[in-house]
Amino acid sequence: MKDTLQLELGRRYHFAASHRLHSGKLSEQENCRIFGKCSNPYGHGHNYTVEVRFSGDVNPTTGMIANLADLDAFVNEQVIEPFDRRSLQDEVPEFRESVPTTENLCIEIFRRLKSFPIAKLASVRVEETSNNSFAYAGE
Amino acid sequence: MVYLTRKLEFSASHRYHNPALSAEENRRIFGKCNNPHGHGHNYTLEVTIAGEPDPVTGMVLDLKELKEILDREITQRMDHRFLNYEVAELQGQIPTCENVARVIWNLLEPKIPQGHLHRVRLYESADLFADCYRDGARGTA
Repeated sequence: MKDTLQLELGRRYHFAASHRLHSGKLSEQENCRIFGKCSNPYGHGHNYTVEVRFSGDVNPTTGMIANLADLDAFVNEQVIEPFDRRSLQDEVPEFRESVPTTENLCIEIFRRLKSFPIAKLASVRVEETSNNSFAYAGE
Repeated sequence: MVYLTRKLEFSASHRYHNPALSAEENRRIFGKCNNPHGHGHNYTLEVTIAGEPDPVTGMVLDLKELKEILDREITQRMDHRFLNYEVAELQGQIPTCENVARVIWNLLEPKIPQGHLHRVRLYESADLFADCYRDGARGTA
């Protein structure tokens, strides 16, 4: 017997933020060697795109896995509001200790979105620039 | 296994409305997508076929053939149509991205002559899409 059909809803969001790649556990010299210009003390910024995918049953009344109004409100509250036009390592508590690389950003966004009550978070992909992207689908 | 993806675009209009709900509920749930006159999108469809390249032709599936199948099954059926009224397979369903992606899957799957349909991804806009695949294939390509 064939597997059943599975549907996922994908949505892309955008925010702009600054970050600095710098670890307090490393010397200045090591930070410079490892992170290069990304370790500039004044930070630098990106236009980030976050692509999320949610799986779930399609509600027969609405034809939807999740109503976009509910999903957008949740993502705005959990990710866009706290991250947009912010300095990630200075204004997002989770990045006080860990380096705000886009790998860590992906994991943090996944952690914030996995409690969406209407559908199951399948994956988070973050584009730091149009050339670099990172994805995380949980443990 | 090799995965081949072909992209195509079509434009269509639709309206979100469930006759089993009151006018007020329809407006509350579907918002401006409930506009009685409908509205339209430029859809982008990505169809991914999985298979082994044929030892003689080196192809998973001849793209010419795939293009003809997509044209016959999807473009001719949906392009410049009002999805609610003109696509028989969507009758009785709200033409959301999820439902349209599933209809496209069901139209294409039996028509793929070589390899097999791996994923249908339908973009309603650059920031909204639905993926359809069979359970077991999740996470590949």
